[in-house]
Amino acid sequence: MVLQAIAFYLLAATTVAAGLAVITARNPVHSVLFLITAFFSAAGLFVLMGAEFLAMILVVVYVGAVAVLFLFVVMMLDVDFVALREGFARYLPIGAAIAGVMTVEMIFVAVSVASTGAAAGSVGPAGNVGSVSNAEAIGRVLYTDYVYFFQAAGLVLLVAMIGAIVLTLKHREGVRRQDVSRQTARTTATGMRVVSIKSGEGIDE
Amino acid sequence: MTIGLSQYLIVAAILFTIGVLGIFVNRRNVIVILMSVELILLAVNINLVAFSVFLHDVVGQIFAMFVLTVAAAEAAVGLAILVTFFRWRGTIAVDDASVMKG
Repeated sequence: MVLQAIAFYLLAATTVAAGLAVITARNPVHSVLFLITAFFSAAGLFVLMGAEFLAMILVVVYVGAVAVLFLFVVMMLDVDFVALREGFARYLPIGAAIAGVMTVEMIFVAVSVASTGAAAGSVGPAGNVGSVSNAEAIGRVLYTDYVYFFQAAGLVLLVAMIGAIVLTLKHREGVRRQDVSRQTARTTATGMRVVSIKSGEGIDE
Repeated sequence: MTIGLSQYLIVAAILFTIGVLGIFVNRRNVIVILMSVELILLAVNINLVAFSVFLHDVVGQIFAMFVLTVAAAEAAVGLAILVTFFRWRGTIAVDDASVMKG
């Protein structure tokens, strides 16, 4: 139990510190790397709660795909990031004040919900130990009760993929591409020419 | 020393406000704003999973998965719009994107 508490506080501190570093880092590349750290330690928190499947999904989807996408875009754009940081000090006091108030409010709500809400007195992850694993439990619900939502999620991803491709696709002029229909439509008449050459002159094309 | 629901909720609340603060202080840089939105969604996911585990109801984790899906789609489309905007204007400052007409 003590080991679990140590792991929790370590992971929670890492998550919060990495989150703070994401928004304060001068270099956006560092921001992305801290974002990866935050997601990794959040995945650790999920494992600690007994939601292993979602933890692995988080690592695969965020660290493997989304963070790399961010990294690509940050490195691809030639932007003066120092100029974009102006106003940081100006907005920091009011932002910190609002964030502080919000944090205190949300912590009060969280503590009162945890102590008097529906989950009050719950034994926590220990009560979930049963015959089925976490992934199996998710699969049993996801592919039965929520199968239409699952399909809709797939549709959302498809539309997002098509949208991203349509937005960024650029047809460049002057690029020679293979045209299969033109290649197969070639006949002897269009592809061959008989030239009679006078001796000693050669072809000038 | 036992870790209860409130500890997880407090971590999620702090992470959420860090995301909001990030939008406040980096309000010129679209990339950091997108990253702050990802942080906010991560906080929401921690909340969903914590309640799912402590209420012994796996549906919360399924909802967290859908949030993950939408977050990935949002990041992809947002970054695509960002790249297109950069090609047109040569900058990604939010202030320059205040006019809707191209």
